[in-house]
Amino acid sequence: MSDHDHPHPEHSDPGHSDSGHDIPSELALRVKALESLLVEKGLVDPAALDALIDMYEHKVGPRNGARVVARAWCDPAYRQRLLADGSAAIAELGFTGRQGADMVVVENTDTVHNMVVCTLCSCYPWPVLGLPPVWYKSAPYRARAVRDPRGVLREFGVELPEDVEIRVWDSTAEVRYLVLPQRPPGTEGMSEDELADLVTRDSMIGVGLPRAPGAKSTSAGTGP
Amino acid sequence: MNGAHDLGGMDGFGPIAPEENEPVFHAEWERRVFAMTVAMGFYGAWNIDMSRHARERMDPAEYLRASYYEKWLHGLETLLVERGLVTREEIAAHRRAVAETTTAAADGDG
Repeated sequence: MSDHDHPHPEHSDPGHSDSGHDIPSELALRVKALESLLVEKGLVDPAALDALIDMYEHKVGPRNGARVVARAWCDPAYRQRLLADGSAAIAELGFTGRQGADMVVVENTDTVHNMVVCTLCSCYPWPVLGLPPVWYKSAPYRARAVRDPRGVLREFGVELPEDVEIRVWDSTAEVRYLVLPQRPPGTEGMSEDELADLVTRDSMIGVGLPRAPGAKSTSAGTGP
Repeated sequence: MNGAHDLGGMDGFGPIAPEENEPVFHAEWERRVFAMTVAMGFYGAWNIDMSRHARERMDPAEYLRASYYEKWLHGLETLLVERGLVTREEIAAHRRAVAETTTAAADGDG
């Protein structure tokens, strides 16, 4: 059923060519040169750059979104607020900031499945999901998500019944979407923290489903 | 305005190919480009729409070839020059200086 384990060198990304090599790539040199120029001009502070990198590499990520989803599963009043005003309800948990000022949360049901893309670039809800994975920003996903969403889902190992309507949301610089997946069966009585562990990054983009209780928590789509 | 970035509905790009346990960044230079772009966004000489437009104005063939943060680097350099914060000559001079330092360091390794 899952055909998304194929190797992917066809995803040739020249920007990745310098990782793990001793000789800096042309890109690495260009970037180093630009940083030295901006530092010389007093336009950026290297310590501030380090702090930004640390924040988006280690602190902001899909675990934030998982907490939002788990809260919505446990607290019907929160779920209502989340669907009515995503930004405000997400801010209640302390998640605010760049690239997520205007959040819309779309809820999966027995009859509707939601999926998020940015066909024009890479718009993504940073405060709740962190920075987007390469595939989200890549041409194949951006091109096909709006034309063949069912085929795209199948590529991610998700097969939905034919009578489930798929709604694809094309993000913009202003409006970012978060999918509220359905709470998996068999999770009655689980705590909010336990539920959050079932919520994968991909399930909040809408290309995956939450893990079933008891499934390993290290599988793909969780993100860091 | 449409262009090479307007990918919705196009055929022929192949499978999506998600990477298992993907790191946030794939190289140190990606970290620096990301952080410089966000920091210069805070600086306020341009807004997010100008930032996107600077990437979308890339040569179409180049846009489709370039990796994601390569597009960001292109957009950042374009805006810095257009807003008069740096010049192309300064960028080139620093690029030469970095190359000389790197070559000297490599020679010293022997």
